[in-house]
Amino acid sequence: MQQTVLETISNRRIARNTYELVLAGDTAAVARPGQFVNLKLEGFSLRRPLSVCDCDPGLLTLVYKTVGRGTAALAALPAGARIDTLTGLGNGFSTERSGEAPLLVGGGAGVAPLYWLARRLREEGRDVQAVLGFNTAEEIFYEDRFRSLGVETAVATADGSRGVRGFVTDALPPDGAYSYVYSCGPGPMMRAVCGRIAADGEFSFEERMGCGFGACMGCSCETKRGARRICRDGPVFKKEEILW
Amino acid sequence: MVNTAVSLCGIALDNPVIPASGTFGYGAEFAELYDINCLGTFSFKGTTAAPRFGNPTPRIAECPGGMLNAVGLQNPGVDAVIAEELPRLEKVFRKPVMANVSGFSVAEYAEVCGKLDACPQVGWIEVNVSCPNVHGGGMSFGTDPAAAAAVTRAARAATRKPLVLKLSPNVTDITAIARACEDAGADALCLINTLLGMRIDCKTRRPVLANTTGGLSGSAIFPLALRMVWQAYEAVSIPIVGAGGVSCAEDVIEMMLAGATAVEVGAANLVDPYACRDIVAALPGAMAQYGVASLSELTGGAHR
Repeated sequence: MQQTVLETISNRRIARNTYELVLAGDTAAVARPGQFVNLKLEGFSLRRPLSVCDCDPGLLTLVYKTVGRGTAALAALPAGARIDTLTGLGNGFSTERSGEAPLLVGGGAGVAPLYWLARRLREEGRDVQAVLGFNTAEEIFYEDRFRSLGVETAVATADGSRGVRGFVTDALPPDGAYSYVYSCGPGPMMRAVCGRIAADGEFSFEERMGCGFGACMGCSCETKRGARRICRDGPVFKKEEILW
Repeated sequence: MVNTAVSLCGIALDNPVIPASGTFGYGAEFAELYDINCLGTFSFKGTTAAPRFGNPTPRIAECPGGMLNAVGLQNPGVDAVIAEELPRLEKVFRKPVMANVSGFSVAEYAEVCGKLDACPQVGWIEVNVSCPNVHGGGMSFGTDPAAAAAVTRAARAATRKPLVLKLSPNVTDITAIARACEDAGADALCLINTLLGMRIDCKTRRPVLANTTGGLSGSAIFPLALRMVWQAYEAVSIPIVGAGGVSCAEDVIEMMLAGATAVEVGAANLVDPYACRDIVAALPGAMAQYGVASLSELTGGAHR
């Protein structure tokens, strides 16, 4: 973990209630896809934890949904704004377990951390497939960017306005068509995905957090290996340790 | 040169800054970030006889100037704390630590205090009779003078270490509880723990916290905490550890002027992991600004 001040390069709407924030500064502590950062916003008591959507040395991309007053204030930040940020939080995904043909399954804002993961897996020479779920076509983001990485990408929308009508589970490739699963999205979605797949996998969770670095026990969950902190021991947990 | 040293129950502290229980774990997470020996001491996570998972999530809600928590005393149990956490702490912290103890019966408080009494690393035992987030324990002992006295007597019989009773602000008269604990053998008091509060999600029309209510902390509660430290200082003669919304060196000075001998810092650690290190570093400058040569002379200074 590192505390640093990042500068806003751009902060633009990319889909309904969905924004892409690009920050510049010291990203040395951001090591793995699936990690998150915790942003301090003027006028708010607690930081806002957001997963890393993409990262290059010195440059950090976050994609977030506006769901409350905090994220609305974040969406109003202009270029040049400086944000006190804790970086490199959480464990992240382990790409070494992916096998040759990993499948990524994301829902809504949960698609964001899978983008950097897809990029990393492609750089490691993996054959990557993705299933991205959204409520409606207006909320779709990054579909083209996944495809540009050479990821075979399927989209599902709950209202059928684009791609497969239904949930990500309605668009999963058949068992045997993938070696491992990485998933991030709403709890019920991930639980359904976990119930449908034969392969092993990793799932990234979220919870209301106090600190984001393991001090307050605000975001604990029970696992088959005992109590774990989503912020510190997670947010990524392996399929075999999760209690749904 | 200014002197930041104070003494709490006969144990010297390099400075009065103490991270509060529940915001500092057992020290390990912060020891990775900075040398925690810069602190006066810290109060470790509230520890019970048996391991506890605590309450369901969400356990955290935000408020203007603060936060609510309803963690519910998650901890690995006193035996694991002694077997695993204290040996790990010993490698990174060479000062006496404050052990925070909670329970669901008078006997449990005594049992946990007795086990910690045998640990040389433990300087003080802070008895938490003020957790608002558990049912049938915690705060129920700290809102009744007779019950608080019973816990104090049982803890007193179980340990010879200095006993600090951590009190709840959720009472009509803090001085009655403070006097009861003093009379029952407490060596010091710590006040305040969190205030009982809640938030409701306007979209779902349900309480934000799974536990419905939680404890309010953060800078919003500082004036209230200061007032209670002031009142308790006039009611008892044992030392007081001031706590509640402290977030800067000036707050430390203010708390001491109200009557505190040492000062705990809670919620600030969660927003800024370096908060306590920075407060310690800022103390000499703040002392110089207000003409304070020795911090220990400040205690109760505003009562004159």
